[in-house]
Amino acid sequence: MNAPRLRSRKLDLKNGRVDLTHGSGGRAMAQLIGDIFRDAFDNELLAQGNDQAVFDIPAGRLAMTTDGYVVSPLFFPGGDIGSLAVHGTVNDLAMAGARPLYLSASFILEEGFPLADLQRIAQSMGAAAREAGVKIVTGDTKVVERGKADGVFISTAGIGAVPDGLLLSGEKARPGDAILVSGSLGDHGVAIMSSRENLQFDTQILSDSAALHGLVADMVAACGPHLRLMRDPTRGGLAATLNEIAHQSGVGIRIEEDALPIRKEVAAACELLGLDPLYVANEGKLVAFVAAEAADELLAVMRAHRLGGDAAIIGHVVQDAHCFVQMTTSFGGERIVDWLSGEQLPRIC
Amino acid sequence: MKYVDEYRNGKLARAIAATIRAEARPDQSYRFMEFCGGHTHAIARYGLEDLLPDNVRMIHGPGCPVCVLPVGRMDDAIKLAQRPDVTLCTYADLMRVPSSNGMSLLKAKAEGADIRMVYSTLDALRIAREEPARRVVFFAIGFETTTPPTAMALLNAQSEGLKNFFVFCNHVLTPAAIQNILESPDVRELGLIRIDGFIGPAHVSVVIGARPYEFFAEEFQKPVVIAGFEPLDVMHAVLMLVRQVNDGRYEVENEYIRAVTPEGNLKAQDMVSRIFELRDTFEWRGLGQVPYSALKLREEFSAFDAEKVFDIRTVPAKDNPACECGAILRGVKKPTDCKLFGTLCTPETPMGSCMVSSEGSCAAHWTFGRFRDAKQERQAS
Repeated sequence: MNAPRLRSRKLDLKNGRVDLTHGSGGRAMAQLIGDIFRDAFDNELLAQGNDQAVFDIPAGRLAMTTDGYVVSPLFFPGGDIGSLAVHGTVNDLAMAGARPLYLSASFILEEGFPLADLQRIAQSMGAAAREAGVKIVTGDTKVVERGKADGVFISTAGIGAVPDGLLLSGEKARPGDAILVSGSLGDHGVAIMSSRENLQFDTQILSDSAALHGLVADMVAACGPHLRLMRDPTRGGLAATLNEIAHQSGVGIRIEEDALPIRKEVAAACELLGLDPLYVANEGKLVAFVAAEAADELLAVMRAHRLGGDAAIIGHVVQDAHCFVQMTTSFGGERIVDWLSGEQLPRIC
Repeated sequence: MKYVDEYRNGKLARAIAATIRAEARPDQSYRFMEFCGGHTHAIARYGLEDLLPDNVRMIHGPGCPVCVLPVGRMDDAIKLAQRPDVTLCTYADLMRVPSSNGMSLLKAKAEGADIRMVYSTLDALRIAREEPARRVVFFAIGFETTTPPTAMALLNAQSEGLKNFFVFCNHVLTPAAIQNILESPDVRELGLIRIDGFIGPAHVSVVIGARPYEFFAEEFQKPVVIAGFEPLDVMHAVLMLVRQVNDGRYEVENEYIRAVTPEGNLKAQDMVSRIFELRDTFEWRGLGQVPYSALKLREEFSAFDAEKVFDIRTVPAKDNPACECGAILRGVKKPTDCKLFGTLCTPETPMGSCMVSSEGSCAAHWTFGRFRDAKQERQAS
């Protein structure tokens, strides 16, 4: 016999708002989970309604990761906090070469948050997960008083299966290795900034938010033994990622400014705001380090994938005890590409 | 990007570099000061020094508004921000500048002070309009470039009848600072620095025009070339300075003709003079008290003057004794001459203001150029 459905007033998904009862463990919470999340995520493990998901695991090694999402605004050109919470965690798994399997999702909701927006976010998460071929199999919901959060915060964790024999890791870069990026830099950060309340400007730039494991699978299939490591240049942009790798591997990095794929709209917006695209966040791009002899083949494979059409070889690894990331500017001079210090601040004159 | 990429063209840069190399006399050294932080930033950001011959060197000047703000005024701003009735609006560059007791606006904000980072004076005005119960103070700093927007905001506040908008004015003047450097004992008597010419300010000159520099060129017999902030502008200005030195000329030349006229922006100048008047003297970090080098609000704008309304009496405060910002701002020392540089003082933990703003000499050298020190160390050993 089917479990009786909870009988109560239907959730007002048009005008309703999150209130404290939605996090109290009572009927209202069960209804919220059932009507919004279970419908949107739609899979048999979640539908069982347990406090955990139980499943078989494939043989071999697993990758596991977790990430929190607090983006503002919640909806931005090219995505929203829901799709971002799926793509970000899927990509963290994919950077180990892993095939993402399952995600968890935890929501901190602010009292007063519109249910319609919550539903829109949940459906966007569900769609992103389906497109990426992963299942959101367990979750949690908490509600905090008005003013104690900013609408909604999402935390997702994920596990994925790593192919046999593949070991991608930040300390594996070696002098001579080629460095590739999968496409244009800074799109996500500029899309977000263009929709910030105090900075609104018109732009055609969409966030690049996307799940990269399909691209990664192609790269691993073609060049697996030659791949050293991959990383997605999110917060702090390409500059932060290259500095992390240089220090982890104890090497120097040389890149060419002319080789960096940057859309002219992004370059223009950065110019206007006094930002440097090297430091602006991406959510659908990866950086790959590969043995020099496989660089051209890897580039061809990346360019053949729909998420790697603008891929480029941007530089190479050198020996350097200082672990400097150095760039030859378009102008012909040399400069360091340092870590970002503080927030990226606009210059005042 | 149209009208931007043209001024960052590497091929043209190499052509100008070759001309500089050909025309700079090998038996002579050329030392030019770029006054503005904007030029300092461009030189470091594009690695311009790599393109110049060894006998043509740049000395970084004090034209970074964040850098020259004395510690005492930073203390004042933090005290203002800590008042429960005050919302302090500031340009983001100032957030990390250390105060005399190791505070900063960033730390004060974390402790609960209402500090908002704004992109323009208009944002501060909007906050004042939207939150009438708050007393909104705009922390105004900068050279002649940022003064007209402050003036504009004050005129708007006046015409709207806003009673909760105030300006904490720290606007300073470029010509006074250049004169101070040229008259300083470092230059005149001690011979600690030799300056063969100046790259004149870009945006400042858009406002004040090219004329104000004629006095220095004449009086101190130093060539001045006003240049834009793009790297090709700087390269071109260096070539023009080399030519003036070679010819024994000391004129004001304008490389930045696409934006700077002899008279400057008369409308902006008029607006500024309606609202501001000269201070008898003002403290600059590094330069000390400089007569007639800063602006204050005129009497009729007293109701908007944070200094009067909140009775601010600046107590001069000393910099960290090991910090060389002062000498660096005067061009007497280089960032690497400071013991704190790169050890205790980094952009993450700035001890002095030159490490805070991206236009500061220390921050520019640390962020973009410190690989050259490593190279020199290797060559020395």
